[in-house]
Amino acid sequence: MTEKNNRIQTHPILNVQRGKKVSFSWNGCSCEGYENETIASALVANGIQIFQYHHKDHSPQGLFCANGQCSQCLVLVNGFPKKACMERIGAGMQVQPLHGFYSLPEYVADNKALPILHKRTPVLIIGAGPAGLSAAIELGKQGIETLLVDDKEQPGGKLLLQTHRFFGSKEFVYAGTRGIEIAKQLSFELGRHSSIETWLNSPAVAVFSDHKVGVFKENQQYALIEPEILIVAAGARERSLRFPGNTLPGILGAGAFQTLLNRDLVIPGQTFFVVGGGNVGLIAAYHALQAGIQITGLAELLPQCGGYKVHLDKIRRLGVPIYTSHTILQAHGVEKVNAATIARVDEHYRPISGSEKTVACDGILIAAGLNPVNEFFLQAQQFGFKVFAAGDAEEIAEASAAIVSGRLTAKRVLSEIRNVPLPEQEISDLYHLKQVLSSKPGRISKQKLSPDHSGVKPVIHCTQEIPCNPCSGLCVQHLIHIPVDDILAMPDFIGPDGKCTGCSQCVIGCPGLAITLVDYRKDERFPMVTLPYELPVNKDEIVGRSLPVTEQEGHVIGVAEVVHVIQSEKMDHTSLIKLIAPVEIAERIAGIQLKKNEIRTDRRKGNESDQETMICRCERVSEKEIRALIQSGMHDMNQIKAITRAGMGACGGKTCESLILQIMREEGVAQDEIVPFSKRPLSVEVPLKIFLDHGTNKGE
Amino acid sequence: MNQNSYDVIILGAGSVGVPTAFFLSKSGVKTLVIEERSSIGQASNKAAIGGIRATHSDPSKAWLCQRSLQIFSTWKEQYGDEIEWKKGGYVYAVYREEDKTTLNNLLIRQKAWKMNIDWLSPNDLLSVIPDLNAEGLLGGTYSPDDGHASPLLSLFASYKHAREQDCEFHFNETVTGFTKQNGKISGIQTNKDNYSASIIVNAAGAWSGELGKLAGMNIPIIPESHEAGITEPVQTFMHPMIVDIRPMGITSNFYFYQHATGQVLFCYSPEPPIHGFDRQVTSDFLPTAAKRLLELIPRLQSVRVRRTWRGLYPMTPDGSPFLGFVPEMPGMMLATGMCGQGFMLGPGVGELITAAITGSLDDVQQEILQNLSLSRSISQIEMLK
Repeated sequence: MTEKNNRIQTHPILNVQRGKKVSFSWNGCSCEGYENETIASALVANGIQIFQYHHKDHSPQGLFCANGQCSQCLVLVNGFPKKACMERIGAGMQVQPLHGFYSLPEYVADNKALPILHKRTPVLIIGAGPAGLSAAIELGKQGIETLLVDDKEQPGGKLLLQTHRFFGSKEFVYAGTRGIEIAKQLSFELGRHSSIETWLNSPAVAVFSDHKVGVFKENQQYALIEPEILIVAAGARERSLRFPGNTLPGILGAGAFQTLLNRDLVIPGQTFFVVGGGNVGLIAAYHALQAGIQITGLAELLPQCGGYKVHLDKIRRLGVPIYTSHTILQAHGVEKVNAATIARVDEHYRPISGSEKTVACDGILIAAGLNPVNEFFLQAQQFGFKVFAAGDAEEIAEASAAIVSGRLTAKRVLSEIRNVPLPEQEISDLYHLKQVLSSKPGRISKQKLSPDHSGVKPVIHCTQEIPCNPCSGLCVQHLIHIPVDDILAMPDFIGPDGKCTGCSQCVIGCPGLAITLVDYRKDERFPMVTLPYELPVNKDEIVGRSLPVTEQEGHVIGVAEVVHVIQSEKMDHTSLIKLIAPVEIAERIAGIQLKKNEIRTDRRKGNESDQETMICRCERVSEKEIRALIQSGMHDMNQIKAITRAGMGACGGKTCESLILQIMREEGVAQDEIVPFSKRPLSVEVPLKIFLDHGTNKGE
Repeated sequence: MNQNSYDVIILGAGSVGVPTAFFLSKSGVKTLVIEERSSIGQASNKAAIGGIRATHSDPSKAWLCQRSLQIFSTWKEQYGDEIEWKKGGYVYAVYREEDKTTLNNLLIRQKAWKMNIDWLSPNDLLSVIPDLNAEGLLGGTYSPDDGHASPLLSLFASYKHAREQDCEFHFNETVTGFTKQNGKISGIQTNKDNYSASIIVNAAGAWSGELGKLAGMNIPIIPESHEAGITEPVQTFMHPMIVDIRPMGITSNFYFYQHATGQVLFCYSPEPPIHGFDRQVTSDFLPTAAKRLLELIPRLQSVRVRRTWRGLYPMTPDGSPFLGFVPEMPGMMLATGMCGQGFMLGPGVGELITAAITGSLDDVQQEILQNLSLSRSISQIEMLK
């Protein structure tokens, strides 16, 4: 639920707590924000989507990554350029949109300038997400002096955006716990180890050939760190997608979307369309629904969504239309996106003419996969650092795998530092675990329903092999079984009659919301079904009503009467909805439609967009330009860069590189002919004055 | 005729090789360019910051750059390509009496060569660059006809037209040897093929010494590493290239300007020089450059630094290029040793080399080739590199 100002007022999972109100101005108009929120979130909360107008073509630019990676959200704060997504709002701030280049402020003596900090450390970890935190904790346990740096205000990385309960192994990686809670636990654990020094708000800006790493400590002081061992756990960045209008304000990366919703409790629009059916897209869609945003559809290019089926089923049951074998053709809008046109694709992923559909939306969420943030790792390797990559920076996988990857890396670092052999067995076990947690979802089986309609029992709607096992530990009677050594196996209810007490712990705790309870004890013809529910639910509005119920995959199979809604603080923000349903459908029921998802679609082909497909966001270089150069025989990305400036902008090729590679492949350029961008420091732009040494200057 | 037979083969598709290929092919000379890297300008051209001045202390270089300036400044109208040329001028800002003396002595000669350069008082200089640090400023030279352009776009423009004129470019190809016949160069071997040509132009910059060895000759060129940086673009607030010749810490001189597209580019000469082929950036550069930049333009304190890189200067013992045929090795033509000025010298050199090859040299050009021959007596070190 939101008020007019796009702020989430109540959330089924998150406690809505805001800091002190502050007023600031946007373009001369007075706005309200809260301390502790970013400028970007404060602007979005005030309904502002256009942050700047591009210097090249004056096109409107909005938030895209909300992660300090791209530079689309650059605004002027009291005359100075700042990334709105990385800077906190402050009382009295004068925030303005950029119109092309800004005028360099006049010189004013800076009295707060600090000397360059030179520091040696046995271990430096870049990134305090699941991998970096886990590595630091392992090193902390051994008393190894370690510096952990992260560009955000809180440790936890993307865990801070994950409101859902995690999958994986409950014994090893916090499965069954919500991401936000895992972040808290890891941070707490980190705090217990005195050998770990943590710098937050401290982006790593460069890796240098003289084995130093430049860090902008607390966004105030330049530090040159000389580590004996470097661990790069910088995570991943989102891929952009190519379609006309792809940079219109309102088109957000999934991470940006989750940052706004789940960290900052603001919503960027009332209706969104999702592109991408991997776990990220499916989960982000679910988070949207939890925040009260309507999802008008989800398009996936492949014939099947690549994410876990339980994630897919959760949103299907809430009425989200899933368009597999569909692609986005274009985004519509002038200053801001207002609709998406999608189309079915053939077996070569080419859009089928006549299958176009235009869906109205306030925004488009792009979840087109992730790329490792590995440039620090690659450079350090080239410079002969002792360097390791952990987590997504090494290989894109689930956060649970990143936790294991961090531990694994710490073991390697320990053996390096102490000059002792690697603990082979331990390494091999961790490696195996990481592989399991990184497993792609496996085969789907038909749901097994027992013909026995008596007593009380759980019904398991989880029909795909995925690395997940919390349910097996939830049953107080130990009636749900997943082999300890094979968490990919599907859960089995092994209860002999009469043993299940109907305690509902499995219903509450399953991360996939894929367990229901059916109780025949009162009435075998009209048993009571207990469903987990994580969206806002008003007990008084639904008890006593007969509502449509769905099976596992969201098809309505009948109606059932809501008899009770249980909400309790002990239930980890999960409501239990109890229904009376006819025996014929009771065990198949997995969802309930509290309200209908009414979607405006237009079967007509959308009107032609005059928007271009942008490849380089920073310098606004179009696909047309780049494709023409590739077709003319240019396979060296550095030459494409030299001519078009693609990759030369503020972000340094962070989003365009993989898109240019895609076009190269489409044009049939052989992999070994492609020359990638030369990677150069800095990875983020920082003010020149921080490099001025007010203390001892080595150069003197 | 053999498919692999050319009039001229140029080694190196950089700041010098590409404009040379452009002028040669424009004159109808069948030209092949061999480049070890995957495309043009990937060695030192893309590391150049873009300054172009004719106000040198060596008359030959001054004359060549005068030609380059004419070519750069009229390129757009003549050939249609945007190369981001801007006539912003050059300023040598002076804060020390000794530098004032040096520059004023040089100024007498430069004026004698009819260069548009003058000494400006501190106030006059501040009206050219309002943000220049006025404290201790003694004045400086100002040459308004000098300027800057994009090395990347300029090179691509030459390349594009050279190709239109049927010049061939072979990338990802390494020279492995030279072939000789009757004591004359007759072609080259590469890792992919053999080619014949009666003239080979060594335009390989920092790598030309190595190529010379392959041909059995000694070209005294030492690669020297220079780091550079670029900021984000901001609204235009200064026009000229500013040079500060004071040595400071690990630097000798320092220079920077704001490009036509808004970014500030900056670079210094390390002291002592860093020799070798290492092109990896170090942590020394930004703190050192920041100090020098902010000393001159304090207003730059809040500009955000975008990127840094290293490039190589092919240094000769006296700071001037080696140009022209080598009498001891007929067929070998040198177009190298630009000492970090390959970009600004490139078009002028290309034109001169073309005239030498097509036999159309005038008297001034003859004299320049004499002055810049490999066999010149290398005694007088150029006053201001």
